[in-house]
Amino acid sequence: MASNGIKIAIVGGGLAGLAAAMRIAEKGHAVDLFSVVPVKRSHSVCAQGGINGAVNTKGEGDSTWEHFDDTVYGGDFLANQPPAKAMCEMAPSIIYLFDRMGVPFSRTPEGLLDFRRFGGTKHHRTAFAGASTGQQLLYALDEQVRRFESAGKIRKFEHWEMMSLVLDDAQVCRGLIAMNLQTLELKAFPADAVIMATGGPGLVFGKSTNSMVCTGSAVAACYQQGAKYANGEFIQVHPTSIPGEDKLRLMSESARGEGGRVWVPRNPSDPRSPSSIPETERWYFLEEKYPAYGNLVPRDIATREIFQVCIEGKGVGGENQVFLDVTHIPAETLDRKLGAILEIYEMFVGDDPHHVPMRIFPGVHYSMGGLWVDYDQRTNIPGLLAAGECDYSIHGANRLGANSLVSCVYGGFIAAPAALEYAANVDRNGDEGSRIYDQELKKQQEINDALIKQSGKENQYTLHQEMGKWMTDNVTVVRYNHKLKETDNKLLELQDRYKRISINDSNLWATMALPHARHLDNMLELARVVTLGALNRNESRGAHYKPDFPDRDDENFLKTTIAEYSGEGPTISYEPVDVSLIPPRKRDYSKAKKETAKA
Amino acid sequence: MSTQAHASKAKRVPSKSVEIHIKRRANPDSPSYWEQFEIPYRPNLNVISCLMEIQANPVTKEGKPTTPPVWQMNCLEQVCGICTMVINGRARQSCSALIDNLDQPIKLEPMQKFSNIRDLVVDRSRMFDHLKQVNAWIELDGTHDLGPGPRMDQDDVQERYAYSRCMTCGCCLEACPQYDEDNYIGPQAIAQVRLFNMHPTGAMSRDARLEGIMQEDGITNCGNAQNCIKACPMGIPLTRAIYEENRETVVHGLFGWLKK
Ligand SMILES: Cc1cc2nc3c(=O)[nH]c(=O)nc-3n(C[C@H](O)[C@H](O)[C@H](O)COP(=O)(O)OP(=O)(O)OC[C@H]3O[C@@H](n4cnc5c(N)ncnc54)[C@H](O)[C@@H]3O)c2cc1C
Ligand code: SF4
Ligand code: SF4
Ligand code: FES
Repeated sequence: MASNGIKIAIVGGGLAGLAAAMRIAEKGHAVDLFSVVPVKRSHSVCAQGGINGAVNTKGEGDSTWEHFDDTVYGGDFLANQPPAKAMCEMAPSIIYLFDRMGVPFSRTPEGLLDFRRFGGTKHHRTAFAGASTGQQLLYALDEQVRRFESAGKIRKFEHWEMMSLVLDDAQVCRGLIAMNLQTLELKAFPADAVIMATGGPGLVFGKSTNSMVCTGSAVAACYQQGAKYANGEFIQVHPTSIPGEDKLRLMSESARGEGGRVWVPRNPSDPRSPSSIPETERWYFLEEKYPAYGNLVPRDIATREIFQVCIEGKGVGGENQVFLDVTHIPAETLDRKLGAILEIYEMFVGDDPHHVPMRIFPGVHYSMGGLWVDYDQRTNIPGLLAAGECDYSIHGANRLGANSLVSCVYGGFIAAPAALEYAANVDRNGDEGSRIYDQELKKQQEINDALIKQSGKENQYTLHQEMGKWMTDNVTVVRYNHKLKETDNKLLELQDRYKRISINDSNLWATMALPHARHLDNMLELARVVTLGALNRNESRGAHYKPDFPDRDDENFLKTTIAEYSGEGPTISYEPVDVSLIPPRKRDYSKAKKETAKA
Repeated sequence: MSTQAHASKAKRVPSKSVEIHIKRRANPDSPSYWEQFEIPYRPNLNVISCLMEIQANPVTKEGKPTTPPVWQMNCLEQVCGICTMVINGRARQSCSALIDNLDQPIKLEPMQKFSNIRDLVVDRSRMFDHLKQVNAWIELDGTHDLGPGPRMDQDDVQERYAYSRCMTCGCCLEACPQYDEDNYIGPQAIAQVRLFNMHPTGAMSRDARLEGIMQEDGITNCGNAQNCIKACPMGIPLTRAIYEENRETVVHGLFGWLKK
């Protein structure tokens, strides 16, 4: 198929964006690829665990249907089932493709791909490359994209940030405006279709396990231009992350799996070193509350309990931290089973977990919500598609471990042909010519100019911190309606104070201040979507938990939340979920899955 | 298999404040100068968290308001490579540089072997160009479903995995006495040649990669100083890659013409 002058713009060079770029270039069409950081440095490199696909090489009777069932069940039945099923069916071929691209996946003695077990399944279904699967997968796509770039089919715009879409008078997407992060030059990039692949919004919560470019700013811009945002309130919090001044780093759940014990001193301000606190003065709260499962309660329960202890001021030193203790496990076992992850802890904290209990706290990890898309990854704006963590489509109310990487590639592989099909049939914007580009360019320039001129006493970084703290305290693990309302009021206050920030950098060349201020504005809008989505959903489902509404309520809330921007913040509505393939059943991890269903 | 632990484990006695000296430059055309900053000490700070604090309130140690220092960061887990800078004289990632393990005052400078954009930010795009020069990829027939790739021995996979962890950070180039501007492609690209030439499919297009490192700026520039391997934060066996590729290029140089 030769090129007939189609040009697709892709925003984001993580797994999803690169997968789409590769597919479009392979078909002979032109791609403009935008990324805040060089694509090889995208957030996807952080994923450690692996990528799911039911290849059934272990003789366990695994199947793509089992994978599909685990995905839908893990997501508490909030995912539309057809795309989840399609992803699980594509997953084995995605893993094989990465294998052909040279990813150094771990092998069996026969030289076949090895698979490990992950949360939420009984099968060995997760392919992995050492302890850095995401890095290896991203590099494989980066290499293929570089091959197409060398051949002149892909143009990369790295250190360029997408600021807004260019929409014509009929609200059809005709391209985008991007900003050069060195010169702050704004430029219009016409395109026949735009694919958003900008990843998650972790920074809305201040600190998270996400990378620093994961602000959600780009999708928030799309949302303010009319794109629907779906299931925003579904935010996955990982039970064990390592709190840092700069970010929360992941501590793998295998530490608990291998016998790690969670505790706090009975006296939170106990001045003694942890090892000299006697057993009787330690509170092993998980073991006490859940005698049957102890420290191995499922992810969401562990998260909630640790969070509650800290919120009540009972964390170590009264702070947001509890001990995850592996010091009682023989060093030889630790090195053999947990060597790599304990090394990460030591590298970033400086303490050796062999001898000193680790300090951990739940960390915002993943957004199940994102831009609304149909089964072909198309948003409600014609000509705008989305794929990867920035879309909402696969994971429902909760994502299973190792299911994100595969969903990113799947999304990219579906979005690419859908964008091409759309582009081949769309009327080019003849009459409007450059007018719509000039208009949007002018609008964006005015926003920048106003920010630069603006002077006031507020500090943008302080506002970001305040937003993060409010969101983390009130809109993550445990949610109360009165707190959610207060948080929304706080967000409105922050939006007002935002008008009085002043950019603290008089040197605009390569400044970090102006881009951050733009992110902050967008993050505040997105924070409201998350908060109000949570406020309106009076039930508990997957990652969304309200003590006042502890049960899942399928009658009223087996529905996708849709937020639309009204100029005055979000308007919330609901749409039914397609559960045509697997009837909803109660999600209960205290029993094996077989008992809860099937039969 | 995993990354090297950094620096000495011996902790310095905690002080009440952290003193940081930063080599500043407003833009590529202006001169560089030093500024000193001081922030309150807390346990478990790393260089980036200090920079964040200075950024929010950019005032020098002498109390003079200044522009916020500019640097790059993303993963904060030493896996994206973006935050590399010279810390107390050594190129390394600022996200994994713990204050408790550093001598004070802490000196932060941009990498010297790349052009300086502003403050601690440099332009490393040349490293990505080098990856093009050596065809650092597998030539696929297409991305459609063709089943699994070739079977492989776990030992080979582990060696490839070691090379595949390169995050294009440039520490090796900063340390290499031979690398300067455009005269030498450097160890990271040579290690990538090894990564792909070791792969059964990659080996089929080995020659193109070898030719990429047999040009004027190629592998023969290496003086075997071995600084690179000591500088690599990912523990990549760079000198082994250079040794293996040297052999391959020699054989290719002798017999390559037979294939033409
Ligand atoms: C610590 C950690 C471990 C994880 N482990 C696993 C795992 O083991 N298995 C698994 O399946 N999942 C895992 N996940 C989740 C998974 O890593 C992410 O969901 C996934 O990588 C997201 O990929 P993406 O392609 O959607 O976006 P990203 O990789 O986040 O890439 C986003 C891209 O968008 C660009 N961008 C953003 N905004 C703009 C803009 N305005 N203009 C231009 N470019 C922009 C960025 O530069 C970047 O290139 C993990 C996540 C974390 C945080
Ligand atoms: S061995 Fe020495 S000369 Fe060769 S690449 Fe490494 S540092 Fe440079
Ligand atoms: S070889 Fe090591 S030091 Fe060199 S760029 Fe790669 S990771 Fe960095
Ligand atoms: S921020 Fe990625 S390596 Fe430091």
